[in-house]
Amino acid sequence: MTPNEQFDAALTDEVPTLDTAWTVRWIRRSAEVLATNRAALNTLDRDIGDGDHGENMDRGFQAVLPKLEGLADETTPGAVLKLVATTLISTVGGAAGPLYGTAFLKAAGAVGSAESLDAAALVALMTAARDGIVLRGKAEEGDKTMIDAWSPAVNAAASAQAAGSGVAAVLHAAADAAEQGAQAAEPLVARKGRASYLGERAIGHRDPGSQSTALLLRAGADVALVAE
Amino acid sequence: MVMKKLINDPKNVVNEAVAGFESAHADIVRVSHDPIFIARIDAPIQGKVGIVSGGGSGHEPLHGGFVGYGMLDAAVPGPVFTSPTPDPIMAATQAVNGGAGVLHIVKNYTGDVLNFETAADLASAEGIDVRTVIINDDVAVKDSLYTAGRRGVAGTVLVEKITGAAAERGDDLDGVVAVAEKVNSRVRTMGVALSPCVVPHAGEPSFVLADDEIEIGIGIHGEPGRERIKLQPADAIVDRLLGPILEDLPFVSGDEVLLFVNGMGGTPQIELYIVFRRAAEVLKERGITVTRSLVGNYTTSLEMAGASISVLKLDDELTSLWDAPVQTVGLRWGR
Repeated sequence: MTPNEQFDAALTDEVPTLDTAWTVRWIRRSAEVLATNRAALNTLDRDIGDGDHGENMDRGFQAVLPKLEGLADETTPGAVLKLVATTLISTVGGAAGPLYGTAFLKAAGAVGSAESLDAAALVALMTAARDGIVLRGKAEEGDKTMIDAWSPAVNAAASAQAAGSGVAAVLHAAADAAEQGAQAAEPLVARKGRASYLGERAIGHRDPGSQSTALLLRAGADVALVAE
Repeated sequence: MVMKKLINDPKNVVNEAVAGFESAHADIVRVSHDPIFIARIDAPIQGKVGIVSGGGSGHEPLHGGFVGYGMLDAAVPGPVFTSPTPDPIMAATQAVNGGAGVLHIVKNYTGDVLNFETAADLASAEGIDVRTVIINDDVAVKDSLYTAGRRGVAGTVLVEKITGAAAERGDDLDGVVAVAEKVNSRVRTMGVALSPCVVPHAGEPSFVLADDEIEIGIGIHGEPGRERIKLQPADAIVDRLLGPILEDLPFVSGDEVLLFVNGMGGTPQIELYIVFRRAAEVLKERGITVTRSLVGNYTTSLEMAGASISVLKLDDELTSLWDAPVQTVGLRWGR
């Protein structure tokens, strides 16, 4: 086996399900990554928007962190996702607040009161998140929005799960596809959001929402294998 | 460009400005600090339709400066150039609900629309009758399936004044909504930027213009519009802005209009009047009569230099609602 195949095999074999601890790790890692990328996201947004996406996402996830302290033992992954949703809706502002808030709210609904998430539950989580964003923002794939990262991620996750991959491999497949999707949308003209005012001047720029989506999904994958 | 601003900490810009606004204008408004909104001192007024607007800060006097008798019941300022979240919008809606329903006046920017939509859902769930009118007066943006639609810019001031007068005279919610939609359907705006603005927390200009360049069709956050061209004399720029405005409605010979020249924050009044002079001249040549006018900094983009021109087609109803008394920080007459 090549090193990559060995890694994939390790991903497939270990950790059959993810629990509340993973959900909390995911959100903490997301907050860390968004803080690190705050200026970079602002710069992407300045090119084709209004320059505050990193600022807003950082503010929202920093507001989530204290709420993750001292969660009751019986807190489910869905309850954590719902907490994230309501916090983002009330702290992020801009378009990203309602969009990510809706994504986490629908994701929470999709996993219900399950105490642990298998690969199929993760696919359902991401599918519901994507569908929530589509519903709220009315964007389609190819409009040069965060959907261009979410949809390939959902498709890749579903394919991986159908092929028998475990939870970590599903998350990695989603993160890889989100990054590729964000990149693939760079040559497009934007049809939604503030970048749509730019017409052809948006060509060649990366949509900041697709970038933050890729960062979030990568954060989830990165902490899948981390031990308690 | 170095950021040179009269601020303390970029994080406190909105809070400190709102606190100053509160202490300067305690005769007209009262302020809620958490969540943050500015309300009419006598709100809620029983039996009157409440009118709430809001959006990112940095456009002052929009919207807080238009809270008061005959205009807005509440304004919800978000962070600079960022929509407020649903919570303060919801709180403001509750605070001004006098039992006759509440109208949300929302500029057509994706963030504003989504956050107001979420707040309206919350308020409706609380039993408040909320209606929304989206303002999209900017002709610089093509309104099509391929954009987020035309932006709401300086024409919002005219919608807020006239709709506020309709609510003040006792129109019911349907009537107030109808007036807001009528004004929005008859006003057209286009702007130009001569220099960019610096968002405090970003610390650098939101876009770059060469020394001899201007941006035609600018939005109110520095987001671009139609084209970037070389600087020209004021009259030529006015003609470039006014042409698309007049063709769009279209405005025709015999029309009576309100002509509104709005400063973006960094352009002195003396230049705004040079713009007004030419715009009025062009309208006269086309047989269009300017019966009402407004000139000044009313919908700004921080310290951006530039201006926008709005033309509103009047009729007897809109004229009398424009003339009706108003007592706000930004507009005040007849009372």
